[in-house]
Amino acid sequence: MSQKQRKQSSKFLFFGAVALVCFWSLAPFLWQVLTSLKSSEEVIASPPVYWPSRLTIVSYFKIFSARPFSVYIWNSLIVAFGTTFLCTGVAALAAYAFSRLKLPGGKAVSNAILLVSLFPPTLLVVALKQLIQTAGLLNNPLSLILTYAALNLPFAIWVLANFFKQVPMDIEEAAQVDGLGRWSVLWKIVAPLSAPAIATTAILVFIFSWNEFLLALTFMSKDAARTVPVGIAMLSGVTIYEIPWDQISAAVVITTLPVVAMVLAFQRRIIEGLTAGAVKG
Amino acid sequence: MTARRSYWLNWVYALPALIMIAVVNVVPMGQTFWWSSGFGRLSSDSRLWGVLRNTTMFTFFAVSAELVLGLAIALLLAQKFYGRGFVRAAVLIPWALPTAVMAMAWRWIFNADYGVLGDIFYKFHLSSSPNIPWLASPGLAFFSCVLADVWKTTPFMAILLMSGLAAIPSELYEAALMDGAGTWRRFWMITFPMLKPTIAVAVIFRAIQTFGIFDLIWVLTGGGPGGKTQTIALYVYDVVFRYQELGYGCTLTLVMATALISFSTIFMLLLRPKSS
Repeated sequence: MSQKQRKQSSKFLFFGAVALVCFWSLAPFLWQVLTSLKSSEEVIASPPVYWPSRLTIVSYFKIFSARPFSVYIWNSLIVAFGTTFLCTGVAALAAYAFSRLKLPGGKAVSNAILLVSLFPPTLLVVALKQLIQTAGLLNNPLSLILTYAALNLPFAIWVLANFFKQVPMDIEEAAQVDGLGRWSVLWKIVAPLSAPAIATTAILVFIFSWNEFLLALTFMSKDAARTVPVGIAMLSGVTIYEIPWDQISAAVVITTLPVVAMVLAFQRRIIEGLTAGAVKG
Repeated sequence: MTARRSYWLNWVYALPALIMIAVVNVVPMGQTFWWSSGFGRLSSDSRLWGVLRNTTMFTFFAVSAELVLGLAIALLLAQKFYGRGFVRAAVLIPWALPTAVMAMAWRWIFNADYGVLGDIFYKFHLSSSPNIPWLASPGLAFFSCVLADVWKTTPFMAILLMSGLAAIPSELYEAALMDGAGTWRRFWMITFPMLKPTIAVAVIFRAIQTFGIFDLIWVLTGGGPGGKTQTIALYVYDVVFRYQELGYGCTLTLVMATALISFSTIFMLLLRPKSS
């Protein structure tokens, strides 16, 4: 083979590998999109119909009319937005203290927080359920908002504190000379200058809260209080053998579409945030 | 004197966060200790050993596959090429989608009667029948769960490794190229040794999370068939919320915590950089 041919074939191999990676990552999602657009007869055809003979969106209507799916979505939105605001706000306050103020014992406490955050929530679920029950917050979205926010705080504080450190100290000092108190300095100077980091944190906290399953399953036993992931996992037909796959696929697409849009729009930011959050270990 | 006192006052900013973390993380840990009972049952609990074996095997297979695949993807995406932003977003999608929801999607792919995976295997003559019981056969279900988990979590591994790759100084590669080192040699002489600390962190992090796996398996198989895919988290959930045995559930949680701490300590000691 000539030099040129070899170069050409390695380029071919490279893009083949890239195409394969894209296919592997997207295929399960795209298969759901296809299933959701089939008629219910074609969904349960054997052998499977790969391309629907006729596209229909009837499954999308069914999921809203036959199931309380809009209630699940509403619950998920409340929980995800509530958590994002609470967590980002509280984390910004703490990150400000850890990154820019003199804190006696601050290093030890922030290390302890990082250690605590390493453990999977599975270790906490039993005791947390009892705690939420005692507080009378079962089936209340507040239970999920408070828990999700707390579970995401270590990561959020870490990302924000690292960013706050980069805001030059003299800007803050100049503002203080102008008579701004610490509180105003944080919200009027440091936070706006750190807008990219705050957006990154908010996106990641939102995705976590939108996706969480275990705690949502244990805290919300009433159907009307369920979030989308639990609602979908619990979808079943009249008998357990009769799973409505056409409706499920429509529900899966509706639930995952906002996340797919967020990833496409904020890919760079999400990767930066994940990297910053993970290097802590 | 007053200056000192005002430093302590700075803690007020961190107070809401500290209270929340304490209530949600520290208090439950204490309560788990307080409520735990039935330690004597552990040694005679035949299910526990099966569950611990499942969890360990699952963690081993899933994290190993993730590492190999994640490394390949990271090396691929570290290259500069047209459309890289889109490919990175595509790779990120499995990580970002809700695990429980995508577990439903996988259940549909794995469906024995109408599932697409069985049909693909049949069409490629890898199976004599399109109806493969991916989730119902005791031998297959475990690996079906591993496959779905690897799909879901490889992006995270790839991202961590990509950040490690980006930190390797390019002069090293330039020097190796001048010495005439080929692709394979450059990987083993430079990339792999330089990436080792990142690999260690990523593997520990992923192993801890995988050991606590719940939602994916709960949706895919519920721990079945015959407990073949039951992991420790599913067992704890069953004991506490189905059989209402809070005390023993807390004891099992402690077992899980102990296993996690000892695994990660051993692993960290093994991978410790040999500096001294």
